[in-house]
Amino acid sequence: MPPVDPTSVEQVADGLRSVGYLPGESTALVSYLATKLGKPVLVEGPAGVGKTELAKALSRFLGRELVRLQCYEGLDEAKALYEWNYRKQLLRIQAEASGTGWDAVQEDIFGEEFLLARPLMTAIASPEPVVLLIDEIDKTDQEFEAMLLELLSDFQISIPELGRVEARTQPVVLLTSNNSRELTEALKRRCLYLWLDYPDVEHELQIVRLHTPELSETIARKLVGIVQEVRELDLKKPPSIAESIDWARALLLLGAEDLDARTFRETMSVIVKHRTDLDTVAARVGVRLSEGAPDGAASRG
Amino acid sequence: MARPRAAEPSSLDARLISFTEELRGEGVAIGTSELLDAFAALAEVPWDVRADFKEALAATLAKSPEDRRVFELVFDRFFFRAAEAEAVVQGVQEGEGFDDAASIDVDALREAIAQAMQDGSEGAMRDLARLAIAAFGERGEGSGVIGVDVQRIRRSLGLRAEPQPDYPEGDPRREGVPREQLRRFEQQLRRELERGQIERTRQLPPARPLSELDRSLPGGPIQDLAAVHRVVAQLKRRLATQGKELRGRRRHAHVDVRRTMRASLQTGGVPVELRYRPLRPRRPELFVLCDVSTSVTSASVFFLSVLHALHDSFRKLRSFVFIERISEVTDVFERERDFRRASEAISRDAGVADISGYTDYGRVWTEFLTEVEDDLHPRATVIVLGDARTNGRPPRDDVFAAIAAKAGRTFWLNPEPRLYWNYGDSVIAAYERHCTAFECWTANQLEDFVKALAGPHGATPGR
Repeated sequence: MPPVDPTSVEQVADGLRSVGYLPGESTALVSYLATKLGKPVLVEGPAGVGKTELAKALSRFLGRELVRLQCYEGLDEAKALYEWNYRKQLLRIQAEASGTGWDAVQEDIFGEEFLLARPLMTAIASPEPVVLLIDEIDKTDQEFEAMLLELLSDFQISIPELGRVEARTQPVVLLTSNNSRELTEALKRRCLYLWLDYPDVEHELQIVRLHTPELSETIARKLVGIVQEVRELDLKKPPSIAESIDWARALLLLGAEDLDARTFRETMSVIVKHRTDLDTVAARVGVRLSEGAPDGAASRG
Repeated sequence: MARPRAAEPSSLDARLISFTEELRGEGVAIGTSELLDAFAALAEVPWDVRADFKEALAATLAKSPEDRRVFELVFDRFFFRAAEAEAVVQGVQEGEGFDDAASIDVDALREAIAQAMQDGSEGAMRDLARLAIAAFGERGEGSGVIGVDVQRIRRSLGLRAEPQPDYPEGDPRREGVPREQLRRFEQQLRRELERGQIERTRQLPPARPLSELDRSLPGGPIQDLAAVHRVVAQLKRRLATQGKELRGRRRHAHVDVRRTMRASLQTGGVPVELRYRPLRPRRPELFVLCDVSTSVTSASVFFLSVLHALHDSFRKLRSFVFIERISEVTDVFERERDFRRASEAISRDAGVADISGYTDYGRVWTEFLTEVEDDLHPRATVIVLGDARTNGRPPRDDVFAAIAAKAGRTFWLNPEPRLYWNYGDSVIAAYERHCTAFECWTANQLEDFVKALAGPHGATPGR
């Protein structure tokens, strides 16, 4: 796909829609600003509202490669930035004639040839512009965040042996966070901020319909209504958008003609995934649905 | 800055800067770099689309959900006032109400408003707010005070968040109007009333700073158990990391003499290597007393659940509930992992209400002291949750002082805003002499308290 350089907010909104992502009010605007201003975007919101999906959609729409860095506790520079390929260096030293002096060998083995590029380095050094996704930044510790600052504001990385590596192209950077930890002010200051929340009924209905166009509108509407209701309950893990889509697919596979109490009981484990949550949902939502025909409205094979 | 034409006071740059000043005044931290970002962002979006203009500013200036909420409020207030100020200067009048206000069918209006709120259409709500004001202005019910008028109009329209079963089937009010919509409609009413007032007096009233109530996110933690659990999850994580920070700061506090001597054997009795005592994370013993009388019901549910969720973070936690008498409920919480069932069990068997059902602090202190006197020691922490409203009974702060003297630290959490303290029968001042009192009705305030609780012993947190 040829790279796209959007010139208006509408173009971004349409583009995202064309690759299967329905952006909310501010999503398209902030994405557009990100491509124009070259600022990283910090995307926050509850789990499962499509934060990671946004990065993927952006990369598809912009025709850029997606470079993803999944964060976790204990992630360090060697895994995120670069590492010296130490085995290759050893081999090189062994292959050198024993007469070569240290200076010559040193110059030799600290070259780009021996550098293992990790996601951040890949994103910076890529000759084509990329979309860089730094996923779940809140899982890392503050030291890692501090290390990111140089990268995010100047798009460059300092390697002691080689000097500075500067970005050849401007990547679009997205950082996602589930808000499990307060991020530092310094990081926030460098980013545009986008808060993604659960969509409203109409928006979610559109999303579900986009992913399962074969499902009848009435079932889809009922399904979205139930999911929204379930989210209101006090659950350990409220259902995400991805799970409503999964549920819609499951209903489609089962050939359900209506979403009645029985179908709901049998399939609700798609959206509710905790033992205690299951009980709560069954007691609060399940009982209000109409009981299906005795032989079951859903034909199961 | 890229644009050097900030000289004329009404230029957009100057306006924006005073807008950010106002945001800063409400506690949103905005750096110069963010201001520059805002200008850069505005260069990329069309200014005549209100939503885009606003989102571009929000993305660059407001960087958390809380800040975003303050941003929304300040944005509305600022640009509303700016527009009105301009209108006063230019002498633009929108006209007062409608000529045929008397002919408005109030019943039809009520239903139309309720319908608009269910549909959530902003424009319709605004138009209907003006109609409603006109209709009620016609009936001569205006009091001149905007807050009072808003509530009067709302009531006479029959709009409530709770379900109202006396309305006929199909009326949108029967199920109750969504709370958020109701709030928005009230906002529209307020704005239209303000506009009318500005047009009459031809000047702007002084700007009103945001109150804590405006600021708190809709459906604040006190009402919403799910939100409480989210807060608790965050607090737990913070408590966990806070221990680490403490260890860092006070790392070299105590030399372990015995282990140092043992290690010195390797070097011929010279203590070359010092051994330190490991610093254990603080796990104080907690005694929690919670008022469960009707005046503080919602708050006590909130606090009890928080404290019990924090159970793991403390070595020992004993909970008491009280109204007129005191009753220990520690085992209830240990037995019942589900909070709702636990609170039911408490209200059923605790037997704390005697005759009147009003809190009797004097008696509670005496009973508490006799029950736990032997267990209290300087490493124990006593936490009291209550509004300190004695209902005219003797506060017995001397007994409370005795408890505070025996325990290491004593905290008081008052679910009332500080504004109401010591008014009426509230005697918090008498108790505050012996303990640290916190006002505690938002999640942030609760966090301040948890910080103090997890902080070093003996240090009184600054207030």
